[in-house]
Amino acid sequence: MEINRLLEILEGELVCGEQFLEKEVVWGFASDLMSDVLTLDTDQLVLVTGLNNLQTIRTAEVADIECIVFVRNKKVLPPMIAIAKEHEMVLIECRYSMFGAIARLHEAGLKPVY
Amino acid sequence: MKFKYEIEGGNFSKAGNASSAVKKILKQLNVPPATIKKLVVALYEGEVNVVAHAWNGCIYVDIDPDRIFVTIEDEGPGIPDIGQAMQEGYSTASQAVREMGFGAGMGLPNMKKNADLLNIKSEVGKGTTVEITTLLK
Repeated sequence: MEINRLLEILEGELVCGEQFLEKEVVWGFASDLMSDVLTLDTDQLVLVTGLNNLQTIRTAEVADIECIVFVRNKKVLPPMIAIAKEHEMVLIECRYSMFGAIARLHEAGLKPVY
Repeated sequence: MKFKYEIEGGNFSKAGNASSAVKKILKQLNVPPATIKKLVVALYEGEVNVVAHAWNGCIYVDIDPDRIFVTIEDEGPGIPDIGQAMQEGYSTASQAVREMGFGAGMGLPNMKKNADLLNIKSEVGKGTTVEITTLLK
């Protein structure tokens, strides 16, 4: 699905990456554990997390993840936005719990990595 | 082509800076994206390990047409039992490190998975040296 659609489903707040909203994401992975995210080898993936620190963005950069959804009303911090913009990422904040966000995305067709 | 980056133990705000810089260089050199990802994941895991466990460290990157050779050297507590540290799930990380999203005992096994060759030497009370080789041909 287009990131645009994902934003709509989650009633999310777009933090940055407006110009990349037409990019396609196929797979979803939800974790607060960046070590687990780094074991993935999947393209077109959206990361759903409640961990709002710089290492979330660095992990996404290293793992070539272009879209991150921050659940549980977690707010993205300014230094995170700077790095995300440099690497052309889309950052989205949403009020749903991780479970709630995943359920909606899965119902809309986003696939689990495993 | 050789590069050197310094790593500050305990400073999570800079963790990943060196890996990011290396990724940029490899992209400019037109290294295949899948190869870049594997090397940079292994390097980032190593960089985070130094920040999480050591007092300070250095990353040396040596690139030639056949292979990329990375050495991550640190001054720190060392690893008493490397075999145990290589097991998935084994971790000595602090709560602070876990709050950053790491410390689940996945780092070294994931480095092994992503490196073509991985060599670890460690001396308790002195430090650890990790060598990662990624073959380009």
